[in-house]
Amino acid sequence: MNKTIEDHSKAASVFLQDEQRATWHDETLWFVRAKRDKAAHQLPEWEALRDLASQIKDHTLSRLDEYLVQFETKANENGVTVHWANDADEHNRIIHGILKKHNAKNVVKSKSMLTEECQLNHYLRDHDISVVDTDLGEYIVQLREEQPSHIVLPAIHLKKEDVSNTFHKHLNTEKGNKDEVYLTRSARKVLRQKFITADAAITGVNFAVAETGGFVVCTNEGNADLGAHANKIHIACMGFEKIIPKAEHLGVFLRLLTRSATGQPITTYSSHFHRPKEGQEMHIVIVNNGRANQLGRKDFKNSLKCIRCAACFNTCPVYRRSGGHSYHNSVAGPIGSILAPNLDMRKNADLPFASTLCGSCTNVCPVKINIHEQLWNWRQILMKEGYGGTAKKASMKVMATVLASPTIYSLSGKIGRGMMRIMPWSVNNKLNPWYKHRELPEPPKQSFTEWYKKKRKHE
Amino acid sequence: MKIALFIPCYVDQFYPNVAIATLQLLEKLGCDVSYPLTQTCCGQPMANAGFASMTAGCDKNFIANFSGFDYIVGPSGSCVLHLKEHLHDDKRPEQAAAIRKNIYELTEFLTDVLQVKNINASFPHKVGLHISCHGQRMLHLASMSEKVEPEFSKAEQLLSQVKGLQLLKTKRLDECCGFGGTFCVTEEAVSVRMGQDRVKEHVYNNVEYITGGDMSCLMHLEGILKRKKSNIKVLHFAEILNAQ
Repeated sequence: MNKTIEDHSKAASVFLQDEQRATWHDETLWFVRAKRDKAAHQLPEWEALRDLASQIKDHTLSRLDEYLVQFETKANENGVTVHWANDADEHNRIIHGILKKHNAKNVVKSKSMLTEECQLNHYLRDHDISVVDTDLGEYIVQLREEQPSHIVLPAIHLKKEDVSNTFHKHLNTEKGNKDEVYLTRSARKVLRQKFITADAAITGVNFAVAETGGFVVCTNEGNADLGAHANKIHIACMGFEKIIPKAEHLGVFLRLLTRSATGQPITTYSSHFHRPKEGQEMHIVIVNNGRANQLGRKDFKNSLKCIRCAACFNTCPVYRRSGGHSYHNSVAGPIGSILAPNLDMRKNADLPFASTLCGSCTNVCPVKINIHEQLWNWRQILMKEGYGGTAKKASMKVMATVLASPTIYSLSGKIGRGMMRIMPWSVNNKLNPWYKHRELPEPPKQSFTEWYKKKRKHE
Repeated sequence: MKIALFIPCYVDQFYPNVAIATLQLLEKLGCDVSYPLTQTCCGQPMANAGFASMTAGCDKNFIANFSGFDYIVGPSGSCVLHLKEHLHDDKRPEQAAAIRKNIYELTEFLTDVLQVKNINASFPHKVGLHISCHGQRMLHLASMSEKVEPEFSKAEQLLSQVKGLQLLKTKRLDECCGFGGTFCVTEEAVSVRMGQDRVKEHVYNNVEYITGGDMSCLMHLEGILKRKKSNIKVLHFAEILNAQ
């Protein structure tokens, strides 16, 4: 495997050392997957709905330029200021500029993976602006100075004992009290104060509607609303793929999003924003940050259809057993593994290999992204670009040569079933990882071909 | 009807009994089966590791061995899928296309082409079913738990014809076993844990055998079972369908 700074396989083996915790992580996420199945099966039109969502997104991606400009025009008409950011840095600078203009020092944030992708919190902290992530899971990981491990359930790697300890340390809650109602109320008390005393609110965007210039933010806790309504400045950040053509399309996506994500029929709050209220400023920052590159890659373009439901995380048997942090990318899981190499091939060369290509991700995807095929395609590109290392390439070359030649194949098979030596599970016999927890198959006396030649001489 | 038997390389080398059972089963059902002697590998191990560029030799050899048959049948969903999706040769595009069209995984050949209704086999044991991902999700040999679609299973359709066989299903009906080709060594920890979790469900069901359509998955599960000194054995569908 490619030697990168961080490696999924190594991180996963560390994650799995605590067997009980790993079991809990797997079962918790499987429970969410099962809820998703139940919700999907309640709609006989589920597969048709996925088709429709997929088609709308395909269409939108094919006319992205037109829809984005239409959105900007409408938003401007509504009194919203639209900014364009070509990369993470520009995104951060634009937001800092707005905040600086208003001398805003305290910011509340809700529901934005894009700001994680752009590392906005670090940037603003370096400029003496404090940002509080107000969604409970995000708040917990922020206190612990960790990254979210899941895009919908950011603190799913933690148990309530961990939260209790974190809150005791930072919020001075009772030591050892792990009652979830007590802990949630304690966080709420602190966060309500933050909402009231903040100078500006930042939110993400789930869907931006070209036809109206409006946007929708879906939350279960209502923090986007609290932040946006209690503050004079509302900045909404979106990757440019969040656009959909018409308001009527919202129905398709809102029905799919939360059923896929958590098994709920709809999010608790689906908040529609169109224009600033009197005395308020509303800004939208539309971000590229590598998306245009992905759009130009024929085999990977449709990864931009993603609506960030994380159904592919919950169903992925590898994600459930390796945890989100092992993906060392703001978006983990199968979708993260096809988005990340676009941002940095060297750093993320391991991720397309963090999959068995079982295809469950593709099956749950509400917008029908062919995730497992894209994982396969990324593998081809990464190896072609030389991110596999020379040793791997050389061993593959040996394997390809032996397997392409009937003569060498049958010869190497005869000598003590020497085939074993070229197969993936025994590339290196001395340090064969297969053997750590598994027995090898017992080599039979003769291969099928040898048997056949003896028994069926008439052939 | 001229049928060619395709035996994946690792089955040829490590599990000859699976190949023998497949051959005998097809012949029992009245098929005229040839076994092209210079066949090797479908090329999947290289392709899934990111080296599809190195599979031209395997493709060429496969086409040389398997052209001109009405059907090609192999006891592996995964290898058959690879060939269906990726077999190509710029010099012989028509022959490659014909193979991609005529190649069948064993169970789908039995249910769809031969339309077997009475297999005449007996296997009086408790058997757990392992559904292999490539056969299920890509060749569509069974309905998928993620999808809203009518339930069906070509394997169960056949296994239900076997006398005395008691089929026991796992709660997570179609979760991957974690073999995954080179994944089984490059992601050793996750691969093993996935396999152990699958095995645990079969142990809970108290089965005597685990069966499936891909020996690669079964080899992985067998490796884990043997290390744990379990009495549960693995058998390919073909061996059960051929059992008297």
